[in-house]
Formats: sequence, structure tokens, C-alpha cells
Amino acid sequence: MLNFRSPETLPLVNLSNAGVLRNGRWLVRGVEFSISPGEIVTLIGPNGSGKSTTAKTAIGVLKPDEGHVERKPGLKVGYVPQKLAVDWTLPLTVERLMTLTGPLKGREIEEALSATGVLHLAKSEVQHLSGGEFQRALLARAIARKPDLLVLDEPVQGVDFSGEIALYELIKQIRNRTGCGILLISHDLHIVMAETDTVVCLNGHVCCRGTPQAVSQSPEYQKLFGRRAANTLAVYSHHHDHTHLPDGRVLHADGSITEHCYPGDGHHHDDEENVHDHGEDCGCGHHTRLHGYEAKEKRDA
Amino acid sequence: MLDDFFVRALIAGIGIAVMAGPLGCFVIWRRMAYFGDTMAHSALLGVALSLLLELNLMLSVFIVAAAVSVLLLFLQRRGALSTDALLGILSHSALSFGLVIVAFMTWVRIDLVGFLFGDILAVSESDIDIIWGGGILVIFAIVYLWRPLLASTVNPELAEAEGLKPERTRLFFMLLMALVIAIAMKIVGILLITSLLIIPAATARRFSTSPEVMAVLASVIGALAVTGGLFGSLHWDTPSGPSIVVAAVGLFVLSLLPIGRRQIEAAHHSTPGGHH
Repeated sequence: MLNFRSPETLPLVNLSNAGVLRNGRWLVRGVEFSISPGEIVTLIGPNGSGKSTTAKTAIGVLKPDEGHVERKPGLKVGYVPQKLAVDWTLPLTVERLMTLTGPLKGREIEEALSATGVLHLAKSEVQHLSGGEFQRALLARAIARKPDLLVLDEPVQGVDFSGEIALYELIKQIRNRTGCGILLISHDLHIVMAETDTVVCLNGHVCCRGTPQAVSQSPEYQKLFGRRAANTLAVYSHHHDHTHLPDGRVLHADGSITEHCYPGDGHHHDDEENVHDHGEDCGCGHHTRLHGYEAKEKRDA
Repeated sequence: MLDDFFVRALIAGIGIAVMAGPLGCFVIWRRMAYFGDTMAHSALLGVALSLLLELNLMLSVFIVAAAVSVLLLFLQRRGALSTDALLGILSHSALSFGLVIVAFMTWVRIDLVGFLFGDILAVSESDIDIIWGGGILVIFAIVYLWRPLLASTVNPELAEAEGLKPERTRLFFMLLMALVIAIAMKIVGILLITSLLIIPAATARRFSTSPEVMAVLASVIGALAVTGGLFGSLHWDTPSGPSIVVAAVGLFVLSLLPIGRRQIEAAHHSTPGGHH
């Protein structure tokens, strides 16, 4: 794995201080991260925190209104969007879906479909698939084109728990086999894929970032998720130095309140005193949002 | 014995049906039926301007239809009104402006009914050249644009992310629509062009297993409707446009009958889950 991250390897994509403005409102601001070949970056954050916007900015679907996004020239992207509705009037089989954006050999289609476990559905119309089956078909389509960068916007939505673990296993295998970079958007605020190299927590800006702690190292989570999950899932402890107030303003650790916050506003610092473990009453502002967020997300389950 | 004018109308009508087939599929898939109507209605403004400025009729209709679609894109970007409302405003204002301008030009006699509902007698040999020349151009363009068009129909962001250019593709698609409207106006008439785009494609859906099959089938069904409609028009002395649409609707109703559907139903039941 380490050779993928050698210093001479240029990042596939690099965001520096990127922000997207829509109708006078910053959807997301001050985003900094880069993805190198073989690296997995996971974006987390509550609904409306700018995860999808950030991913779209990284791959050039959206143009940043401030800051810079640099992509490796000729970067080949495989993209699984968060929402994809195929109109019923369009007759589209899973097999035909595979060659939507570029030609593929029959063997490549079969390989990708069997890797995600939906080869038996190749002749089915996509409108007849269940949520999880469709998600696997979309993932197969994205990996079949052998991308340099795989962008997965909530790939485990509509997939049950054991399917989620299987999909994370698969994503890990894809990374190990092809050495592609992966940008993953997680629907969960605390549980991420164990192989994740960097977690970036967004809420209109980068709230915190870090590396996840493997579930296998935390006995409570291991008990909660079981042994099979322990090697696939990881826990991410947020280390916030500010709180998001209900009206959208931001309360900083030094007691000041600002309209927005982003790196460079003088309120963010890396000192260790703000680091805390995630407790029910830690006041980091995550729990109130987490509850509302969970209720919405459960609708598909 | 068939008259020359009728053979000309038949050749012209089939040419239009062939290019309308695949384009009509995209109109359905992209839910742009009302958009097509708006462009078609603006054709009357094109007719009026062509008479006023003594321009070529098809060229003038093409320019106005294309201009209306660009205007719509611009208004959509401003985002003050919904697309629905914008289409309603553009559609009827273009139609009304056309009618008012025509009414002011007392020195020209124009067969308004012919323009609105089509006139098979109006097809000349040079029209056939234009229809088949334009038709071949449209077919080549659709084949060339097929992948980006289909990908951006499924999801524009996916197409953009994976290196296809959905915005540019959409612009080309609108120009193709304007071209087909300009060419098809004489046969089916301004008010009914969209039905020749939509009805054959909708009929083809039930029998199609892939987008490509649906596009070809829509052309074939369209050609059948044109043939049936023109014979009816000749026999009962009815305007050609409505006759063709009646024939197309007849084929659509036939496709809904359970006899043709048994196979399709069986195919649907072989896969788990219902329609979403």
C-alpha cells in the first residue's frame, strides 16, 4: 500500500480553501483536502453540510466560487451520485447501464457485475431493482471503467447492515487491486469504513479532520457490531473547537460568535485542550443535529 | 392511381417520421414535451417574420425556434419563475405575436390553417430534398451525440463527472429540435409537431428492451402513422396533420391492448419488484 503514497506521487485532486456560493449563501467554504492514488478519504457531516457539494466540486461538476481545485490532467473519474432516478419511459437494463458513459468489453462488464454480486440481474431493467441492488449496479458501473478516482456518494444507502459491510469490503478490495483513490461520503456521523485514511467532518466548512479508530480496538463497539464488522468499520471521534448554533451561526471555543467559520478566521486552532471524547453532553453540537438527521435517513431503511 | 403530390407528401412524411423517432424518445425521457410545444408554437412567429423580412421560411422558423430555446435557458438561469410558467409565457406569446404580425400584413394572403395543421399539397420537390437532406443530418447528429445525450438524460452530473459535456449536448439537442420543427412544419403543422415526436415514441416504449431499440421502433411506428394518416387525409379530404396524429393515436391504443402486452408482462414478472 505504501508505494501508492510515495512523496513523488502527485495528488489526484487537491482542494485548497474551496467554497461554493449559491444565491448569496455559502453551501460550503474553506475546504482543504487532497486525495492521492490509493488513498481513501471519507466525508461526514449532517444533512445539508455540503458533503455532496464538496464531492461535486472535487470532480469538476461544480466550479468553486473561491479557492482552487486542481485535478491531475486526464483524471478518470468513476462517480456514483447520491440520487439517480431513471425515468420509467427509458428502457435501460443493468447491462446497458454499464456502458452509459463509455464503451466496455463484455468481459469487463461481467467482472464488475460479479464483483458487486449483481451479475444475475444483468438483463433486468434498472427500474425493477431494489434500492440495494441498484446501488450495487451503480457501483459496478463506476468501477468497470477503471477510474483513477472513485467518488461514492452514500454508497451504502438502502443497503442492510451485512450488505454494508460487504460493500465496504469490496471498496477496500477495489482500492487494493487497482490503487485508485476513493472519495467516500458516509451517511453516518460516527461509523466510517475502517480503511479510511482521512475523515473530513463538514458542516458548511471543515469542522474537524482526522483518522478513524478501528472498531476492533473498542470493545463496546465490537460488542455492538459483532466480530465480522469489527475489521471493516471504524469509529470516528470528533474533535471540535466550536459549536453550530441553531440559527446557523458558530460559537467558538474562545466564546466568540461568528456568522460563518472557516480556516483562517482566527478561531480555529489545533491545540489539544479542545480535544474531547464524544459524550452525550459534551456540547459539541453534534448530538442535536444527529438526532434529526437520523430520523430523516431512516426513511429508506 | 396515386397522384404526384401525394407521393411527394408520403416521401416527405416518412422522412420526417424517421428523424422524429429518436428525437421524440429523448423528448419523452427528458420530460420535455411542453418544451417541444413551446418551440413548435414559436414557429408561427418564424413564419410571420419570414413574410415580413422576405426570408427563407424554414431558415426563419429554425432561427426563431432556436432563439426561443436559448431565451428559455437564459430565463431558467435567472430562476425567478418555474420552467412550467416560463414555457407557458414563451409558448403563447410567440404564437400570439406571430398571429398579430400576420394580421397586420394585409398585403399578404397566407393559408393560416395550412401552417397550423399541415398541408400535404404544399410539399414541393425541393422540400423533399430539404427534408431528406436535413433528416440525414439529424440522424447522423443523433448517432454521433448518442452516448452523451443518453448519459446526460440519465444524470447530467454523472455525465459531467465522467468527461461528457451535458451542457453542450443539451444545446445541440435543442438545435436539432428546432431543425426538425422547421422541416416538419409543412406536413404536420405547427400545433401538432410535438405529437409526431411523442406519440410514436410512447407507442414504442412497450415493445422496447433498450434505448436504441426504442429509437428505431419509434421511427418505424412514426412512418406507419404518416402513411396511414396521409391515405386517410386523401380519402376523406381531411387536413394532413390531424389525420397523421389520429393514425398515430390509433397505433398507440393498439399497443395498449392486452394481446401485445402478454410477452412484456411476462418479462416484467420474471424480475422481482414492481415499478417505482
